[in-house]
Amino acid sequence: MSVLVYTESENGAFKKTAFEVASYAKAVAEMMGTTLTAVAINASDVTALSNYGVDKVLQVSNDTLNDFSGAAYAKAIAAAAKAENTEVVVLSQSADAKYLAPLLAVALEAGYASNVVALPESTAPFKVKRTAFTNKAFSLTEINTAVKIVGLGKNAFGLKETSGAATAETFDVSFDDADFGVKVQSVDRATDKVSIADAEIVVSAGRGMKGPENWGMIEDLAETLGAATACSKPVSDLGWRPHGEHVGQTGKPVASNLYIAIGISGAIQHLAGINASKVKVVINNDPEAPFFKAADYGIVGDAFEVVPELNDKLKTFMAENA
Amino acid sequence: MKILVCISHVPDTTSKINFTDGDTQFDTNGVQFVINPNDEFGLTRAMWFKEKQGASVDVVNVGGPETEPTLRKALAIGADTAIRVNTPAVDGYQVAKELATVVKNGGYDLVIAGRESIDYNGGMVPGMLAGLIDANFVNTCIQLEVEGNNATAVREIDGGKETVATTLPLVIGGQKGLVEESDLRIPNMRGIMMARKKPLNVVEPTGAQAESKAVSFEKPAPKGAVKLVDSVDELIDLLHNEAKAI
Ligand SMILES: Cc1cc2nc3c(=O)[nH]c(=O)nc-3n(C[C@H](O)[C@H](O)[C@H](O)COP(=O)(O)OP(=O)(O)OC[C@H]3O[C@@H](n4cnc5c(N)ncnc54)[C@H](O)[C@@H]3O)c2cc1C
Ligand SMILES: Nc1ncnc2c1ncn2[C@@H]1O[C@H](COP(=O)(O)O)[C@@H](O)[C@H]1O
Repeated sequence: MSVLVYTESENGAFKKTAFEVASYAKAVAEMMGTTLTAVAINASDVTALSNYGVDKVLQVSNDTLNDFSGAAYAKAIAAAAKAENTEVVVLSQSADAKYLAPLLAVALEAGYASNVVALPESTAPFKVKRTAFTNKAFSLTEINTAVKIVGLGKNAFGLKETSGAATAETFDVSFDDADFGVKVQSVDRATDKVSIADAEIVVSAGRGMKGPENWGMIEDLAETLGAATACSKPVSDLGWRPHGEHVGQTGKPVASNLYIAIGISGAIQHLAGINASKVKVVINNDPEAPFFKAADYGIVGDAFEVVPELNDKLKTFMAENA
Repeated sequence: MKILVCISHVPDTTSKINFTDGDTQFDTNGVQFVINPNDEFGLTRAMWFKEKQGASVDVVNVGGPETEPTLRKALAIGADTAIRVNTPAVDGYQVAKELATVVKNGGYDLVIAGRESIDYNGGMVPGMLAGLIDANFVNTCIQLEVEGNNATAVREIDGGKETVATTLPLVIGGQKGLVEESDLRIPNMRGIMMARKKPLNVVEPTGAQAESKAVSFEKPAPKGAVKLVDSVDELIDLLHNEAKAI
């Protein structure tokens, strides 16, 4: 018996979510009185995992896995789970992890709970709390298969550092053509920008900004904070901003530490997508805007005055507190 | 090309979410049900394949008789035939297994499902279905072209997008981008009339077992009142010292 965690990397280096899922998986392993094994694919240096409770790392290194393939990655993780006699597999809710998790579930005949927000309430029977109704509620879900898969929502657990020494082993997996039925042709990633999924801070703006020409101040503020930019649905529908920035019930979910909403009214569909963010700040010139009811901090004021001033003062603050 | 569009029947996005029976059941009282938004984008893309490439388009739902108005709406938008697998949906795995049987019996080349349903938010049915029928799978799909047996798709990844090449049979988990918001169709009178005459076939389930179940529900704790501040300096101070967010 063991707990297995899939620790994602990009260009050889672990993503921050890898450490979060490892921290969580360690806590699950402790609840179950067992050890934690990580499976890493094409990661160059696995020693960092020692600090997050990993006892053993299975290293899969294979040039055919340089491009993501849902089927091939799921096969590698399934093979690791079988080799380790795994009872619980933990992974993140990144786009890639959400892609491969259901494939993994079929391969392991495992029940899968996505968007999990807390440690299991009990491990026998296995019950975990997950979000449902697009963050309007939580559901306590019981998985009754021998192997269970947990998809941990971003920022739901945080990092827990420990000191340990993980042993590393090479783990070979053989693939065939069927594992590469979907081939990557090209990747178009805005490398100079923080993605909404990875961002600790998200600066989001709505129709109150009047037009795309006014987004300079939003981008400046995001840059000062090292934040990702996002927008409300009408803003992307109008073509003021790219679709990838649309957040909400029908757009991307945001689970950042800080969410700053500028000129967004706070419609129920918008709020559903950002509920999982920890601290919410609203800047709106209408004191009656529904968003204030969902916010932690608010400024009633004109975005065209407040945002540039906030940016200037934050720059000074950041310089002093760096 | 034979296309199957999976339709999940979900509460309208403006719905208030409440629970009954000691917080074990979703309270459907006064709730309007609609086609899951991600599925609506997929269905509209399927209409394009029908009109431009002569594809046939069936829609399917796994659920009780209460989902039939949602399937009729899909027929009014232009699907040829609707199938309802007559069993309540318990979890993603059970639904995927029932759908796998429908796909095998119907010989579909392309299955268009949604990235996730906005009620259960499982994000699991399309991938599990692909795994069960050994089809190729593209998730968070925002563009799809099919030529003969070959497909080109664009999928959203964290912080960007990726173009992939694949072949039929194919399952996608689709979302906005497959078509634009402005391309979505509202059923017109003629479509609604025609939909009444189109077949809605009720098939009995194979009896696939669920692997998980929602034991109970709860709503997020009510939020404390917002702190309104007058100055930017005060906001920065609170974010730093109180919220520890910067
Ligand atoms: C099926 C469905 C799904 C949907 N899904 C989503 C979704 O996923 N995400 C989403 O965002 N929306 C979604 N919507 C749309 C949602 O209902 C709202 O229409 C939308 O969120 C409003 O966007 P907004 O706040 O930018 O614009 P508005 O509602 O127009 O609000 C603009 C705000 O800006 C403020 N303002 C104006 N001028 C200034 C100024 N100078 N300074 C400061 N503030 C100013 C105004 O007071 C107002 O509050 C959905 C709708 C439907 C029907
Ligand atoms: N009961 C169902 N009947 C038919 N299709 C479904 C059903 N539930 C989910 N789906 C499809 O699977 C997608 C993802 O659903 P889920 O895995 O529940 O998030 C939906 O967008 C639908 O396309």
